[in-house]
Formats: sequence, C-alpha cells, structure tokens
Amino acid sequence: MIAELVIFIILGIVAVSSAFAVILSKNPVYAVLFLVINFFALAMLYLVLSAQFVAFIQILVYAGAIMVLFLFVVMLLNLTGAIESLQDKLPAQRWLAPALGMVLLVEIAVVFLSGFFAQVPEASELPEGFGTSAPVGMLLFSRYVLPFEVTSAVLLIAMVGSIVLAKRRP
Amino acid sequence: MNKELLLTAGIHLLVAIVILGFILFVVMYMIWGLRRIMGFMQVRIGPNRLGWQGLLQTPADALKLLQKEDVIPKGADRWLFTIAPIIVFVPAYMVYVVMPFGDGLIAKDLNIGILYVSAITSIAVIGIVIAGWASNNKWSLLGAFRAAAQLVAYEVPMILALCVPVIFAGSLRMGGIIEAQEGGWFTNWFIFRGYGIPALAFLIYMAAGLAEVNHIPFDIMEAESELVAGFNVEYSGMKFALFFLEEFAAAFTICAIAVTLFFGGWHAPFPFLGENLTGIAKMAVSLFWFLAKTAVFVFVLMWIRATWPRVRVDQLMNFGWKVMIPMGLFILLAAGTVVTLGWVKL
Amino acid sequence: MLVQYLPFLILFIVAVAFSGGAILLSRLLGPKRPNPVKLAPYESGMVPIGGTRRPFHIRYYLVAMLFILFDIEIIFLYPWAVIYLTARAARLFLLLEMIVFLGVLMIGYIYIWRKGALDWE
Repeated sequence: MIAELVIFIILGIVAVSSAFAVILSKNPVYAVLFLVINFFALAMLYLVLSAQFVAFIQILVYAGAIMVLFLFVVMLLNLTGAIESLQDKLPAQRWLAPALGMVLLVEIAVVFLSGFFAQVPEASELPEGFGTSAPVGMLLFSRYVLPFEVTSAVLLIAMVGSIVLAKRRP
Repeated sequence: MNKELLLTAGIHLLVAIVILGFILFVVMYMIWGLRRIMGFMQVRIGPNRLGWQGLLQTPADALKLLQKEDVIPKGADRWLFTIAPIIVFVPAYMVYVVMPFGDGLIAKDLNIGILYVSAITSIAVIGIVIAGWASNNKWSLLGAFRAAAQLVAYEVPMILALCVPVIFAGSLRMGGIIEAQEGGWFTNWFIFRGYGIPALAFLIYMAAGLAEVNHIPFDIMEAESELVAGFNVEYSGMKFALFFLEEFAAAFTICAIAVTLFFGGWHAPFPFLGENLTGIAKMAVSLFWFLAKTAVFVFVLMWIRATWPRVRVDQLMNFGWKVMIPMGLFILLAAGTVVTLGWVKL
Repeated sequence: MLVQYLPFLILFIVAVAFSGGAILLSRLLGPKRPNPVKLAPYESGMVPIGGTRRPFHIRYYLVAMLFILFDIEIIFLYPWAVIYLTARAARLFLLLEMIVFLGVLMIGYIYIWRKGALDWE
C-alpha cells in the first residue's frame, strides 16, 4: 500500500510537471513531446488503478494516433511565428478559458465531496481479471450497448466534419 | 526494500539483457543472411571475406559505425535529433517482453498481449516524424511524413487481421492464443482451420506488416531512388545504427507474431516431434520450433526483397485505405459469423 | 499487483540505457572534424535552396484525422473479439451489435471515399 502510494505520487508529479511543460514550452514540437510523456504518466496511473485495458488503449489512441496528428499540424503550420496572430483572432477566449476552467474545477470538487468515490471497492476486493479487456467487453456489449452504438454515430459525424473542413476551398 | 523484490528485479534484469543480446545477435545475422541470400538470388557472392563465410562482417560493420563521426547538421534541433533514434528503438525492444519464445519462455505473459504489441509499436511513428523534422532536411521531412502516413494507414488493417485469431482463441494473451492451437498436429494451427478465414487474415497481416516495417514492396519511406533515404538521411554513426537495428528487429517481430497467431507458435508440426516432453527439454524443443518457424518467414521476407519491385506512393495509400480496410472488416465479420454458426470446432 | 509490471520498467531502463549509451559512446569515440559543407543539409549535392519547414499538402492532415477515427473504431474490436468465444449464448447478439456499429461507420467510409479523401493523386 505504501509502495503504491509512492508510485502514485511520483507518477502524479510527472503528469503535472509534464502538463505544465506543455503549456510553457516555447517550441510547439517540444510541447507535443511533453504531452506524450503526460499521456504515458496517465497510462501508468491507470495501471495503478488496475485498469490494464484502459491504460494500453490510452497509449494506442492518444500517444500513437492523436499525437501524430498534433505533430503533423504543429510541424506543417510552423506555428512558432504564427501564435500571436492566432490569439488575436479570438480575443474572447482569454477570458472564457479561465472561467470555463473554474467551472470544471468546481465540478470536480462537487463530485469528490459528494462521496461518489466512497463506493469504490478496496484494491484487495477486486475480482479476478479486473480491468482487463474481457470484463470491459462484457459490460460494454451488454449493459452499455447503447452508448457503444452511439459512438459509431459520433465517429460518423467526426468523419463528415473532417472532410468538410479539409475540402473547403480557401 | 525487501529481498524478494530485489531478487525478482535481478532476474528481470538478467532477462532484459538476454533479450537485448538476442535482438542484437538476430539482427546482425539477419543482415548477414539478407546480404548473402540476395547475393545468391542476384547471381553474385555477397560478403564472404571476414570470418568463415563472412560471418564476422556485420559485427565489424557495427564496430565501424561506432567509430564514425556523429554529424549533426546545421539548423537541426540537437536534442530532438538525438532522442529520436531512442524513441524509435525503445518500443521495438519493449515488444519482446510478451514475445512467446517457448513454453515457459515468456518474460511476462500479459493478459492483453496483442493489444500491448500494437500499442507499443504505434509509438515508433512519433520517433520517425521527430527524426525527420529535427534533421532540417527536405528529404528527411518528406520521408518522415510519407512514413507516418504509411504507418498509420496500415495499422488499421493490421489490427483488424490480428482480431481474427483473437476471436478463435478467445484470448489476447500470447500464451492463450498458442494454447488454443495445441493438439500436436499442424492441422490445429489457426492457418489451417476456419475455412481459410485465418489464412486470409494472415495475408492481410503480412502485407500490413511489410508496410509497417518499411519492407519492399512497401519501402516508400526509404525509396533510395526518389527520397535518397527517407527520414534518416542526415543520420550517421550509432544513431543511424539504431534506426537500422529497429527496422530489422521489427521485421523479426512481425514474423514472430505471425508464427504465434497463425502457425501454432512454439508447437511442433507433428506430435512425435516434441509434444510429450517435460522440463528443460520441452523448453528447448519449443524454443527450437518457434525460432525455426520464424526463420522461415524471415527468409520469405528476404526472398520478397530480392524479387519484388517497389510500389508507388499513390498505389500504396490506395491499397491500404481502399482494399485492405474493407477486406479486414469483411474477414472479421466472416470469422464472427462462422463462430456463431458453430461451423468451427473451438 | 504492480509488481507484475516490473519487467516492463526494467526493459525500459535497459532499452534507454543501451540506446543512450551507444549514442554517447559513438560521440566519444568518433572523430569531430566539422566543416560548413559537411554540416549543410544534404540536398543531393546542391546548395540547399530555401527553408526546410514549409507547409505541406492538406492530405497528410486528412490521413492522420481519418486514422484517429478508424483507430477509435478498432479499439472496440479488441474487447469484442476477446469475449466472443466465451459468450456462447450471446454470440448472435454480439455479431449483430458489431454489424450495426460497423454499418454506421461504413456510411462514413463510403462518404469519405466518394468525396475523394482516400485518393492520393
């Protein structure tokens, strides 16, 4: 238990400091790499929570797929010089972003204080194979079948959206 | 720190070093084999001077690379230029944690083995793109972007093909998939079962695998004749050697995973060739069969390399998106249908 | 519980130590004789023209974007494939679920195909 706490704290420090490095990096390519480190720290935090399946999905999708797109965008647009002009296009977001951040913080606080996490079982009570793909699949394809099917519609919308944005003539 | 934990850590460290040595050895002799076999197929000799039949050629080449000047081009990002080969090499090596070398010879038979393999190998793309960008070279950048587009395009059909043996075995665990092909006879291997559906999945897997490891006919990202050498143009010395090492280690991985998923893994083709053994003998024999089968596929890869031409970029991308993905989805649903109808004994 | 991930940590350390050590060793052993021509980016023997980091064709973004969507689609296939054999009674239901899921995505796939997003001209 103590060992787990120590690992959790180390991973937490890595996650938080790499997240700060993402927003403080001058070079956007470095920011993307720090984000990769952040995703790996999160994946390992999932492992601490015995969520093996989610941990490796996190690496496969976020570090392996989404970061490739980020790298493409960062490298191809060469954002280093263009950041100032981008900020000016949306002046409202300077004020909106902290406000929305505060809302998110309050929401997290409410969820924690409501005792939602009190129902979570102790680590020693976990059933055999908890957090691997089979139990996740059992739940996903029976009790949560509707959200699963809705996901395909969401992905469909995203496909159409990316085509509409990419094929728009300048 | 208790003693037990330290002991386990020590054993794992030993295993890690053995695996590293294994990869270095295998890659060195894959390169030697490639040069000799291609020489034979192209009616020339290949390296045969250094050591018996040229066996010492690759170790000598490795030592030579170690002494080469480490050139970092002007305008390159020094840090990213240096860590890119590490980002590419580390996942190619970490895959071997779940590699089922033999009965009881898996460093860690992870519950989600196949998912782990695809998750870890997907990291290499980041290293390649970083390498191409950090070099400050137009060829490198173009090669890196082509590489990334190719790698991501073929990752989807690859995972679709991987799921077919997973359906048949009901497990993502390497050991579990191999156990499902048990029984002594080669007819129990997935490739010979299920009305040819796994065989089709195997073809998709191998085609996608060739693209993933930048192998002819899909070596678009290297394409010496048009891109000079792709993302690693500016690399020299050990950094270049790491890219080279990764490429061959990944090619071995592709073959080894194919053997695991479709060709019975460490099982012998006939029951009298080593199914009824126990202990160390069983381990050794299963290791032999795994390596022997993998070697056959490595040879086939070299054969392909010596005989096939390279496809064009547009052919490559169209083949990936318009042929491989629909085919992968089709065989997946076909496998599901066959299992639902109870047509396969599992 | 976490002890089972120890091999991964140790292999990671060995991998970084080996690759980092090899690079460091070659830096120490190799000669250092830089000159302006050697350090110039290689452009098939020509003097480099213009900057390297210029905008690329939009199809690369599009491929990366579509890859993410397909990647999210296929992560659902792992848990589906792994429970398929054990869920004896529910196999038909599982198959139909996946056909519906992939059917909706096929609409998107046909759409992007017809829109020419998969063409690499």
